[in-house]
Formats: sequence, C-alpha cells, structure tokens
Amino acid sequence: MLRVSDGAQLILIILLPLVVAPICYVLRSVRVVWLLTLATALSCFLMSVGLLLVVLDTGGFSYHLGGWAPPVGIEYRLDLLSAFVLLVLTAVFFVCQLYAGSLTVASSSKEVPPAIAPAFFAATLLCIAGLMGIVVTGDVFNLFVFLEISSLATYAMISLGRDRRALTAAFQYLVLGTIGATFFLIGVGLLYAETGTLNMREMSMLIPDLVDRQTAFTGMTFVIIGLALKLAIFPLHLWLPNAYTEAPSVVTVLLAGTSTKVAFYALARMVVSVFGVETVVETPLPRLLLIVGSLAVLFTSAQAILQANVKRLLAYSSVAQIGYMVIGLGLLTTEGLAAGFVHLFNHALTKTGLFMAVGIMMLVSLDARLSSLAGLGRQMPWTSAAVVITAFSLVGIPGTAGFISKWALLDAALAQEAYLIAAVVVVGSLLACLYLLRLLDVMYFQVSEKPRESITIPIHMVTALWLLAIACIWFGLSTEYSLSVAKLAAASMMESL
Amino acid sequence: MTDYLILRVTAKFLIPIILLMGLYVQFHGELGPGGGFQAGVIFSAGLILYALVFGLDRLSDAVPIVALKVLSSVGVLLFAGTGMISVIVGGEFLDYNLLAEDPVAGQHLGIFLVELGVGITVASTMLLIFTLFAAQNDHV
Repeated sequence: MLRVSDGAQLILIILLPLVVAPICYVLRSVRVVWLLTLATALSCFLMSVGLLLVVLDTGGFSYHLGGWAPPVGIEYRLDLLSAFVLLVLTAVFFVCQLYAGSLTVASSSKEVPPAIAPAFFAATLLCIAGLMGIVVTGDVFNLFVFLEISSLATYAMISLGRDRRALTAAFQYLVLGTIGATFFLIGVGLLYAETGTLNMREMSMLIPDLVDRQTAFTGMTFVIIGLALKLAIFPLHLWLPNAYTEAPSVVTVLLAGTSTKVAFYALARMVVSVFGVETVVETPLPRLLLIVGSLAVLFTSAQAILQANVKRLLAYSSVAQIGYMVIGLGLLTTEGLAAGFVHLFNHALTKTGLFMAVGIMMLVSLDARLSSLAGLGRQMPWTSAAVVITAFSLVGIPGTAGFISKWALLDAALAQEAYLIAAVVVVGSLLACLYLLRLLDVMYFQVSEKPRESITIPIHMVTALWLLAIACIWFGLSTEYSLSVAKLAAASMMESL
Repeated sequence: MTDYLILRVTAKFLIPIILLMGLYVQFHGELGPGGGFQAGVIFSAGLILYALVFGLDRLSDAVPIVALKVLSSVGVLLFAGTGMISVIVGGEFLDYNLLAEDPVAGQHLGIFLVELGVGITVASTMLLIFTLFAAQNDHV
C-alpha cells in the first residue's frame, strides 16, 4: 500500500479540498461534482483518522511549508488537540456532504438550484479547507488567512438561501465577520510589534515577559474580541440566528457543525497555548468568560423558548451551547478544557443531526414555522425518532452524547467549587428541555390542519441523519474516543507551556 | 459610447500600454516591486476600460464568461500544482529548491509559476466580477 509520510498527509488534507474546489467550479454535472466532493470528504476523514492515530502514538509533529524553518517560515503543528478537532471537522463535513447529495435528486434540488450547485460544492470545499487550516496552523497570520478563506466561502453559502432575507443575513454576517477578522488582525499586528514574531510557539515564549506592556495587552484584547465575534459569544452573537435561519439547510448543517467549533478551537488555542494560562489568570479574562458563558446559556436558552421558527430556535440553542464551551474554557483547568472540547465534539454531532432532521421535515412542511410541523411525528415516524434522539442528546439525557459533556462540565465546575456555574449548567439543561419539548409537542401531539402530500425523502438525507443519531447514542455509551481523547488533548495543551 | 472620438482614441492608445504594464509587473515581479496580484489587477483594469468604452458585448466576444471561469480555476490549480510537485518529489509543500537541479534556478522557476497562477486567477476573477455585475444591470 502507498505509504505517505505524516507531514505530506497533513498538507494533503488541506490541499485536497483546496484543489478540488476550482475543479468543481468549472464542472457542470451536479452528480459528478457531488461525487467528487464526497470522495474528497471521505479521503479527508480517513486521513484525519490516520493523523490522530499517529499523534496518539508520537505526541505530535510539525511541518515546515516550503522547507523554511520556523520562526521565519510558516509552520503547521499537529498536536493531540488539533488532530482531535480535525477529526470532528472532517467527520461532520463528510456526513454533511452525504446529506447534500439530496441536491442531485430532482424533488429536493429546489434548495440550491442545479445551475449554481457546482459553485455551492466549491464553496463548501473552500470553507472546510479554511477551517482545517485554522486548526493545523502554528502561525497567527496564517490563521487569519484561513479565517478569511472559510468566512468568505460561508458568506457566499448563506446568501444561497431561497428567501431574499438570506441576502440580509449574509450581509450582516459579512459586516460582523469582517469586523471580527479585522480585530483579530489588529491584535496580531500589535503582538507582532511587541514580539517580532508570528509563530505561535515563539510568541508564547515571549508573551509572559511582555504582559505588563500596554501594547501586548491591547493586542491580546483585540485578538480575543475578534475571535469572540466569530465564535458568536453571547453579546456578540446577533449574526448567528439570522445566518443559520436563512441559509439553506445543506449550509446550516455544515455551519452548525463546524464554523463556531473552529472559532472556539482558535480562541482556546490563542488563550491557552499562545498567551499562556499563567498570563491569562492575572487578567479579568477567565472571570469574563465565565460570566458571558453563563449569560449565554441562560439568556439565549430563554430566547430559544420564545421562537416561532424552528431553525431560529435551534440557532439560539447553538449560542447557548457555545456558552457551555466558553464556561469550560473560562475555568482554565485541564478538566474544564476537556469538558469544553468534548462538548465541541458532542454538540457538533447533536446539532448537525437536529438541523438535518429539520431540513428533512421542511421538505414536507415547506416552511420552518414551528406550527407547520404539526403532526409530522405520525407522518414521518423515522425522522421524528431521530429528532427525539438528537433532542435528548442536546438536553443531556443519560445514554446520549450530550450527557457526557454536561457531566464533564459539571464535574469540572464542582472541582473548582464554582457552584454558581454548576447551577447555570443545570438550569441551562432545564431550559433546553423546555424549548425542545415545544418542538416535540408540536410534532407528536398536534394535528395538522391541512393534509400534506407524501413525498419520498432522498436516501442521502436519511442515511446522514441516522449516522449522526446513532453516533449520539454511541458516544453517550462509549467515551473511549471522545472524552478520553479530549482529556489527553487538554492535558497535553496545559503541559506544553 | 462609440460617438466619443477622444475617448475611443485615447482608450485604444492606452489599453495596449496598460496590458503591457500588467505583463511587465507580472514577469518582473520576482526582481522588483510587483507580482501576480498587482499584475492581475492592472491587466484586468485594461480590459475593463475596454468594456467601459466599447461595450460589454465586445469584451464578452473577446473573453467569454466560460473562459473566465476556467481561467480563474486554472490559476489556483497552477499555484497548488507547483507546490504539489515538491510534495510528490518527496519534499515539503512549496519547496521550490526541488523544482530544478540547481536550487537557485528552482526558486526562480517556483516563484515564477506561482505568481503566474496568482496573476491568472486575479485577472480573470476581477473580470468575472465586473462582467457579472455589469451584465446584471442590463437585464433591469
């Protein structure tokens, strides 16, 4: 069998989608483009599995682009954490592309017209290439470049929504996303002025001595606020509900599973690996993260209860889930970080699955109003069963993936004797229970006024949905590959300072 | 627009110079100020001027939209392909030293090909954006 060196595999995993994207763009046949994208997604997934196994074995390695050694050249670093997030990304991407196979079926291709479907697939490939680049890069400026690649692709994908409101949503995200990226860039510029390097490892060695300097502190603040905008941390989340609601379902599933997850990774990477825990503890940042995380959980969960649009409901719930991850980061302990990252993993599975199920139900109900889903529990028993499983996982019912991460977070909060935080986690789950019960109530206990014609659901969508629903149960029972790896990753991240 | 004699004559005089300037910036990029991005913008500016003075149809006759789409992809592939050659040879991505026997010649060749890719993509994408926006206005 062909043996590819680990470094070549690391560069190939990012390069492959980057190269396939322009090829997809010039092809005409939606089916060919889809198969090409799916094959790319599968290869990326297999490569990321291989890379994770290598990293579990060796503890990580570094790749020098163009043969220029760091700190002069750009360095890609793969450690346990980046390999873990890379695996989550490629897995979600593969399932989402499977789901997007519905675009090749005539009945459901209304969402993205066949004429622009090749451009859509090219955009998803560029988006995932950018996101994976953020995860593996060891250079802060390179991180900004990848952030822009993925963001630009995302703006284009959101604007594909059928409704004209999608254009407003895309524009709003474009403006806020650009502000976020600019803040990040200003921060990087200030840090570069102070440290004279863009390499993360080099920077992390220099920053502890510079933290009293106003420039370095300002730079760190800018970096954190820029990433917080991208991550949609509570008061900066206003772009997210619109973007998730108005984008086509095939885009929403991808966004829900990848983009905010990578932004969280980037924030954790900058805070823990580059700025360093010792430095950050001295600043108000951990306290601030805990406060905004808790507010996000309580406030946006409550907002989700009030929504009449099911996609918007789930979008607000996503902001709340980001709150849990931010709380995990704010605790600044190994357990907290591990809880944050395992929640990243579980929530990627759960929320992507829920959005997929909603996308399937919208094929029948034709719009996303909660009331229009009435009676679907009887008409679509299997899809509704998957909604129940993923909804349970979102609430954190034992036996599902969501339980594992909520429990880990509770554990981490109690270990710090942060009882208020633990209470927030519990109350947040109860609120999640309320808004998901509203959804289940409409689906199962209300009757639709007008009869609907039954349509056949594309097999791609059903397969993708059930892969995730089964994964939600699997990772609720076996934590060998989720929590254990996240713990190892968090531990190695805290040590490597 | 064809009635404006001065505009037509100046444009006809200027466009070749602008295109030549674009090519100069492109191929002189590794030795002096310039490079693929600037060259692509200058080159497409020449063609956009042509479209502004002589009409979009004349430009579309010269450079069809399909060709622009293909070219914008070809540029990216040229860039990535150049980098990939060194990976296939067994080196690291974008390591130009491996492109030729002599490392210096390899660096020359590598930066030349990569900048050419950038130039092609930037020029064709600029034209593509311009053409699509301008054509959209026609329909209204």
